[in-house]
Formats: sequence, C-alpha cells, structure tokens
Amino acid sequence: MNAIAPEAYTTEDGRKIGGVVMEMKNITLRFGGVTAIKDISFDIREGEVRAIIGPNGAGKSSMLNVINGFYHPQEGEVWFRGEKRGPMKPYEIARQGIARTFQNIALFKGMSTLDNIMTGRLTKMKSGILSQAIWKGPAEREEIEQREKAERIIDFLEIQSIRKAPVGSLPYGLQKRVELGRALVAEPELLLLDEPMAGMNVEEKEDMSRFILDVNDEFGTTIALIEHDMGVVMDISDRVVVMDYGAKIGDGTPDEVRSNQKVIDAYLGVAHD
Amino acid sequence: MLYREVGDFKTTYRSDGQTFPIAFDRWRYYIVLLVAFCVVPFIINDYWTNAVLLPFLIYAIAAIGLNILTGYCGQVSLGTGGFMAVGAYSCYKLMTGFPDLNILFCVLLSGLITALVGMLFGLPSLRIKGFYLAVATLAAQFFLVWLFNKVAWFYNYSASGQINAPERTLLGYKITGAETSAPVTYLFCLVLVVFLAIIARNLTRGHLGRSWMAIRDMDIAAEIIGVNPLKAKLTAFGISSFYIGVAGALLFAVYLGAVEVGEVFGIQKSFLVLFMVIIGGLGSIFGSFAGAAFMVLLPVLLKNVLVGSLGWPTDIATHLEFAIVGLLIVVFLILEPHGLAQLWRIIKEKLRLWPFPH
Repeated sequence: MNAIAPEAYTTEDGRKIGGVVMEMKNITLRFGGVTAIKDISFDIREGEVRAIIGPNGAGKSSMLNVINGFYHPQEGEVWFRGEKRGPMKPYEIARQGIARTFQNIALFKGMSTLDNIMTGRLTKMKSGILSQAIWKGPAEREEIEQREKAERIIDFLEIQSIRKAPVGSLPYGLQKRVELGRALVAEPELLLLDEPMAGMNVEEKEDMSRFILDVNDEFGTTIALIEHDMGVVMDISDRVVVMDYGAKIGDGTPDEVRSNQKVIDAYLGVAHD
Repeated sequence: MLYREVGDFKTTYRSDGQTFPIAFDRWRYYIVLLVAFCVVPFIINDYWTNAVLLPFLIYAIAAIGLNILTGYCGQVSLGTGGFMAVGAYSCYKLMTGFPDLNILFCVLLSGLITALVGMLFGLPSLRIKGFYLAVATLAAQFFLVWLFNKVAWFYNYSASGQINAPERTLLGYKITGAETSAPVTYLFCLVLVVFLAIIARNLTRGHLGRSWMAIRDMDIAAEIIGVNPLKAKLTAFGISSFYIGVAGALLFAVYLGAVEVGEVFGIQKSFLVLFMVIIGGLGSIFGSFAGAAFMVLLPVLLKNVLVGSLGWPTDIATHLEFAIVGLLIVVFLILEPHGLAQLWRIIKEKLRLWPFPH
C-alpha cells in the first residue's frame, strides 16, 4: 500500500528514517452505533514526522487515543516495536515510550512550569516512599538528576523565565509549549501531538513548527501529529495520512496527498451533478 | 526592605529545591523551632497546654493528613473522624494488649493500622470522584463509629463503653494517664508534629507528591503521562490515614485520656478537620498549621473576650461562638478561597517590594 520502500532511507535534508515503529492494522473503533474509525491501517516509521489530517470529525483524535491506549478498538491490531499490543492501560503505554499532548491544553494548572515538566519524568523515577520521606540521600539525588534532564528541555524550549510560574497564569502559546515540554521530557520514542498549533497566530505557529522539527532532528523522536493548517503540515511532515468520516482516503508524501483526487474532494467539496 | 531576597542566588539544584529557598524564611523557621523547643516548654502552664497547644499540635497532624488527601491528591474525604477513631482504638488495644510496648510505637503502629483501613476505604476512589466519593467516605465515618460502639472487644468490654488510656512512660516521663505534666506531653506531641510535617513536606515535593497533584489537577492527562492512578490514590489514602490515625491516637491517649467514640469522633470532627484544611489552604503544609491554629484559637479567644472580659453568661457565649465561627468561615471562603496560606503568600509577595513598590 505504501509507496515508500520498507528499508531505511535518508531524506533530502539528511535525516535518517528507519523501519516501522508502530503499525495500525485494520483498526475499527465504534461508540455504540457510531463508527469513529473504519478499518484503517497505516504505519509510522522511526524518525519520521507523520501527519494525520482530515476535516472535523474525521476521527483523527480518536486515532491518537487508540495509539496511546485511551480507547480500545473493537477490531484490528496495534503493533509497537514489532510486538502486538495486548490490552494495556494508558499509563503502561506511557512507560513503553509513547507521550502525547492534547488538543485542549491538559496541563496541571495548580503546579509550576517546572513541576509540570518534572511530572513528565515520573516514569523514570524509582525511589520508594520511604526514601522519599527521608529525602536526604537517594531521593534527593534522583530528584537532582531528573531536574537536570528537565532543565535541558526547559532550555531547549526557551521557557527558562517561566520556570517557577504557575502554568494557569501563562498565555496560551506558552502553555502549549510547556505541554510539549512535559511530553518531550519523558524521552519518548513516539511523540503524539494533537493539534499543536490550534488557535495560534502565525508567529507562534512558526515557533512551534521550528520546535517540532528541532525535536525530530536533535532527539530523533518519531512524531505523529494532527494539524489543520495545511501549509504547516505539508512543510514539516514526511508522510501524511488523510482521514474522512472515519475512513482513510489517502496516504503518502505531502506531494502525493496533495494531488490525490479524493483528498481534494474531501477538503474542497465535490460538485454533485 | 524587610524581606530581602536580593543577592540570594542559587547555584545548585539542591539549594534551589530546599524547603525555604529564601534565607530570611529559613532563619524564621529555625527561630520558630528554637522557641517551640527551648522556650515554650518552660513557660507553659496546664491551661495553655490543654486549651491551646495540645489540640493545636494534634489537629495540625490531622490537618496535614487530610491535606495530603484532599489538598494534594484532590480526593474529598468526610471520614476523618472515623479514621481518627481507628487510630484511637488501635492505640487503646495496643496499650492494653501489650503493656510493655513503648507508647511511641503504640502511636506509630496505630497510624499504620489506620493507613491500612484508609486504603481499604479508599478503594472506591478508583471508580467514583468528587461528591460521590465524599458520600462513600461518609459511609466509612458512620460505619467505623458504629463498629467501635457495637463490638465490645474494641473497648475491652468496659461497662461504660468508654476507653481509658492507661499510664505509660517514655524515658521515665509520664506521657499518658492521670498525672502528666504539661511540658512533657507538649514536647512529645511537638516532636511528632515536626517529624511528621518534615516527612509530609518531603513526600509532597518529590515525584510521589507530583503524581498526587497530577491526579488532582487532571486525572486523564496524568494517566497518559504515566501516573498509575491506583497507586497514586491508594498511597494518598494510606499516608493521609497514617497521619489522621496518629492524630486520633494522640487525641485519645495524650490529650483526652478517656474517649467515647460517638462523642469525640463523630461527623463533626470530620468537618472540623475539613474546615481547618480549607481555611488554612488546600495543598499547603503551612496551611494545615494555620488552619489548625485558627480553628483551635478562635473559640478560645472568643470565650476569653465574651465571658472573661465582657462578663456574658457562658451559654450565650457558647452559642454566639458557633455563630461567629460559622460566619467567619463563610466570609473567609468568599474573600480568600485559597485560605490562610494564600493570604500569607500574598503578604510575602508584597513584602518583597515594600516600601518601594517599583
């Protein structure tokens, strides 16, 4: 189905795209009588930026929720790193190395930026209740180690100045950035971004696109994102899946997708004669 | 001016992560500890200990406990009175069943037993939230009080149905029983309070505390980030109940000496501790102390003013006291919903710049 050869290759700008990391096989997801996703298959390859696009209500967010285990599809299989995924809870999937951001910001509003980002390191922290109660010793050492990791992400996202600020009071664009940081600090293998640029102005979108590309470039993180801004999607993604009414109507490089008649019909409408 | 943090730079993450990052705060904390340990024991009398200091210290422990559950982990509980009763009755059974057991171990073991009971009653929190969970914990409250009334084994089949703390000593000083001295019981409670408060602070600043707060602020996002909700909620219930159990044991053994469960550990106790936490400030250890001080001191103060200074009859003063406390709580919640701790934060923020606000 995919036009791209299964072996690893190097993109024009010199990034290495590896084998398949995640594969969705014939996923069908129903809510009662509503079929949100109809028999969709696609894969995500190591190191690529994979976009999922489609009109409102196409089932894109549901797809992400299937990937990180929040929804369990009625039919189909999810394969991650060559293994078929059994029934797992979302927190177990997070521990496997899948992180995500949300369409509507889902930060922990009562906590500071630093604490939000440190929460992203939770899966890496191991000290037990007793050693945390004593604090001096292993717990403090671990906290400082993790703090260094968190600070690296804070530097990377250029949010040093709001480190101690409660996130509830930050402007929208910065909150989105903190949320990206929280997902990123977990050093995920696969990063899911649900409309990372929704509601942003052009400048903020440019910043965010730069961060996404930098993440992909510097950390080699595989990224799957949902986005509505076609310009952005076509610019930053390696391959695009197009969904409409829960079904897949296109899959390929941005150029292939752009010239796909079904995609054009879904986006621009089709004349009924 | 008064409140200097200029030049107080941090060069390590360790110094940045300490409890009182500002030197001024740190010194004030040491001075408070010094006064509490070295000055207060020599100047207190029985009235001060029994009316103010002991209840303040004991309720501070209970408030820290409830604050861990409600303020940090966002799980509302109305079962505090019942859990305090578990602590008190565990302590009684341990004291009478093992007369040689050190009183300190009795108190801490009572906390552990309460922690187990708390985790058991915390299980519904995995399915239900908010008001529904509050109702479930309310059931725990009534069930536990009923249990301690109904099953005579818990009060050693005494005719009155009361439990009485036998005399126990620690390092040769009487801690419980009839003839205890004010400084000794005060210091015993103070040591426990300081110890438990430091532990609470350590737990809430580490990754366990962050997983609690993540569950509180947005449980779905927390789970997707990798927080195990079962573990986070049950540890919160367990640790919270440990504190509440210790407070219940101290209230019974050290402060009251004799307890009838319905009278002392009824639903009003649950509300009292909940008010302390709300007025003091949810999600703040300092707030737990402030709330406990407020709720303990206010009635004493009102009584002294109304009966002592104005010479009103005691019964009118008592009723007026209820009205005033209730009114103050309402006014307080409207004006400063985040409690005394937030008020304190605002004052500190203002003091940073005072008297030159630019």
